[in-house]
Amino acid sequence: MSSAVEVSELTKRFGAFTSVDAISLTVEEGEVFGLLGSNGAGKSTTIRMLCGLLTPSAGRASVLGIDVARQPEEVKRRIGYMTQRFSLYEDLSVAQNLEFFGGVYGLHGERFEERRAWATKMAGLEGKQDRLTRALPGGWKQRLALACAVMHGPRVVFLDEPTGGVDPLSRRRFWALIDQMSAEGVTIIVTTHYLDEAERCDRIALMHLGRLVALGTVPALKDVFAGRALLEVACPRFLEAQERLEGEGFVLEASLFGTRLHLVVADAEEGRRRTLEILQADANVPASVERVVPSLEDVFIHCIEKEDAARSVTAVQA
Amino acid sequence: MSLRKVLAIARKELRQASRDPLSLAMLLGVPTMMLLLYGFALNFDVRHIRLAVQDRDRTPQSRELVAAFVNSRYFDLVADLAAGAELERVTQTREARAILVLPEGYGRELIARRESPVQLVLDGADSNTASTILNYANAIVSDQNATLMQAALGTRQGPALDLAPRVLYNPELESTQFLVPGLIGFILMLTAVLSTAMSIVREKERGTMEQLRVTSLRPGELIAGKTIPYLGISLTATAIILAAARALFGVSVRGPYLDLFIATLVYLIGALGFGLLVSSFSDTQALAFQAGSVLSMLPALFLSGFIFPIRAMPEVLQWITYAVPARYFNVILRGVILKGVGLGPYLQDLAFLVLYAAVVLGVAYARLRRREA
Repeated sequence: MSSAVEVSELTKRFGAFTSVDAISLTVEEGEVFGLLGSNGAGKSTTIRMLCGLLTPSAGRASVLGIDVARQPEEVKRRIGYMTQRFSLYEDLSVAQNLEFFGGVYGLHGERFEERRAWATKMAGLEGKQDRLTRALPGGWKQRLALACAVMHGPRVVFLDEPTGGVDPLSRRRFWALIDQMSAEGVTIIVTTHYLDEAERCDRIALMHLGRLVALGTVPALKDVFAGRALLEVACPRFLEAQERLEGEGFVLEASLFGTRLHLVVADAEEGRRRTLEILQADANVPASVERVVPSLEDVFIHCIEKEDAARSVTAVQA
Repeated sequence: MSLRKVLAIARKELRQASRDPLSLAMLLGVPTMMLLLYGFALNFDVRHIRLAVQDRDRTPQSRELVAAFVNSRYFDLVADLAAGAELERVTQTREARAILVLPEGYGRELIARRESPVQLVLDGADSNTASTILNYANAIVSDQNATLMQAALGTRQGPALDLAPRVLYNPELESTQFLVPGLIGFILMLTAVLSTAMSIVREKERGTMEQLRVTSLRPGELIAGKTIPYLGISLTATAIILAAARALFGVSVRGPYLDLFIATLVYLIGALGFGLLVSSFSDTQALAFQAGSVLSMLPALFLSGFIFPIRAMPEVLQWITYAVPARYFNVILRGVILKGVGLGPYLQDLAFLVLYAAVVLGVAYARLRRREA
């Protein structure tokens, strides 16, 4: 298996602002690779560099062995790209959109007919060819946008928050398409901030403020808690409890999850006992402490807090 | 450059245009409407000037001069003012635009062969009309002078100098004949620039431009695909304008249609290229519309010789007019439409149009290409 995407020390600066800060990663062929992070983490900028839409400020990136900075046009020819905006022509019909994108990718004749039939079927739009795109429900538009983006049969597909603003059922259906393409050997790089979607990726990379803070398979990432336990605490004054518990030696990390508190401790039983003691002493009751299986969110919060702590140390040293 | 890709874009543009009948109607109909409005409103011919007369002389001589004014067809006699009437009130109420005052003793002085002044009071609020009226009055008076001199000299011989004018191409000196070609240049510039600029900026606004940029379309393919449909639409609009000009103003094309077509084609390519250029500087449709209309309309209106003669402009403005394509197009159109000649005498103007189109498209191409990076 060779690499579909190779990124090394890739950096993008806009003036004084560094949007993507020296990230390195490799995506294997046929892999579904998730790029996660909050808004402004640098996910879209990374994707846009890989698609040849933006020139990197430093570092290297290649797609299917082609350098994105040196031969962006060659890269564009071989990839599919779809954004959260579903860049379709709303005033054209389903068939006309497919025809247009097929046309600008230079498809014609039998190959075009074949691809159009394939794309229509894949997107589940058979019988809807003459519908005006504007009149389609969001989930359908999304599948049509994907169909248009892969009309030319690219080996690598970049999806930039493809499921934004779409209902859960459509998201599920869309992910079934992603799995299907992946099964056909297409490499997929997808950005998202839905963690349930991230769980469906073969590997994920977490970006935070332009840096790559975690990279690996979902089970491997969850392994950061290996040898430690995660406790979920419920109590009436949870903010006060967080402040109080953070100061305790047995609590390695304390973070808020909605109205609950997640604690990382070395030993589950001891942690549970001491936490309950403290809460009862503070009359912060009724309180409950349960051991929970770490979720991706726990992993990310852990990684981001570690990164932020590292940065503030660097800042103090500087 | 792939013809197939160009056609894919062109087909898409036409489909979008046909999906939007209002815009299409605007592209095709507005030019004709503008021709109608401007053609009738921009009429510099002054006729039926309301004239009041204060004849304090009341002699056959004075009546003869009044008759000369009325018979000229330019003036309509609207009031006969009594001696001592307040002249300014007549112009203030706009009862008359001009007042001819013949003083007492006008006839007597004429018979005595002495200089006999008459007064013309003009409403100068509208200086254009006033100066036209003044010209008419001067012509009538000097005509009358010549007749009187002849009579006085008692010879059958006319005055020493007699100018015998013969106006070619537009013998009636109707301003519509002269304005229609200029209007065509102006209208085409406006609609061509706006249609391309808007069609590209709309794609930027809706995010489809980014999708196009990732399809490895070359800038040349995009430019060709975007301009060809609007070239077709603009040429259709030209045909409609010409038909309307003929039906409404009796302005018909006297020269060869092929030459007219070539000149229009080159002019339109430049205009569409300018639209592309405008679109490369604007990210919103509102900005593109404003920039497109101001930058295309104002030069085509004021710096093209359409209304204001270029030679009468300050030298700096005259230099600027060299960069205004409508300037050359007007000259060619007046030649082909009014004078009935071909492109032969206007090859230099045509060359400037070609140069303009090449420069504008070149810059637009460079800008589109740069954004690809």
